Amino acid sequence: MLFFSYFKDLVGREVTVELKNDLAIRGTLHSVDQYLNIKLENTRVVDQEKFPHMLSVRNCFIRGSVVRYVQLPSDGVDIDLLHDATRREARGG
Amino acid sequence: MLGGPGLESVVDQCISVITNDGRNIVGVLKGFDQATNIILDESHERVYSTKEGVQQLVLGLYIIRGDNISVIGELDEELDTSLNLSELRAHPLKPVIH
Repeated sequence: MLFFSYFKDLVGREVTVELKNDLAIRGTLHSVDQYLNIKLENTRVVDQEKFPHMLSVRNCFIRGSVVRYVQLPSDGVDIDLLHDATRREARGG
Repeated sequence: MLGGPGLESVVDQCISVITNDGRNIVGVLKGFDQATNIILDESHERVYSTKEGVQQLVLGLYIIRGDNISVIGELDEELDTSLNLSELRAHPLKPVIH
C-alpha cells in the first residue's frame, strides 16, 4: 500500500520506467493502481534507434510485474515523509 | 487517451502489445479483465529484424493471457501510417527476465 500511495502523489511528474526486458520508457505518470501497473502519457522510448517498436505509441499501460526500475526526479522524493511512512508500515505489518 | 484505472478508455481502439517473450502484436482491444487478459481483434504480429524490414503476420481474433503481457500502448494511427515499416531495421525485443 505504501508504494501505491507514494506513486499516487507522483502523478503528473516525468518518470522513466525501465522494464525487465531492458526497454526504458520516459513519460508523464498518469495513474497507478494497486498492482503498481503504471500508465504513462506522452511517452518516448529512451533509446529510440535501438527500440523503434513503440514509435507510434504516445500513451501506454505498463504491467507492474514487468517493471525493474522507476527513475524519479530527484526532487520527487521527500525522504523524511518516506521514512515516517515506512516506519508506520513496518509497525503495522 | 488512456484515462483512469484499467483499460476501458482504449477499448475498441488499436493497440500495440509487447509480450513477455518480446513479441509485438497490434490489434483492436475488444475486452480485458482484472488480470490484464485481453481480447484482440484483427490482430497481426510485427516481426522486427536487422536483415529485412518489418514483417506483419496476420493472426485474427486472439486472447492474450495477462501474465504474458509487458506493455499495452495506444497506437496513434497518424504516427503509425507515417512509419515506413519496410525500411525499419531493428533487433527483436528481448524477453522479460524476472
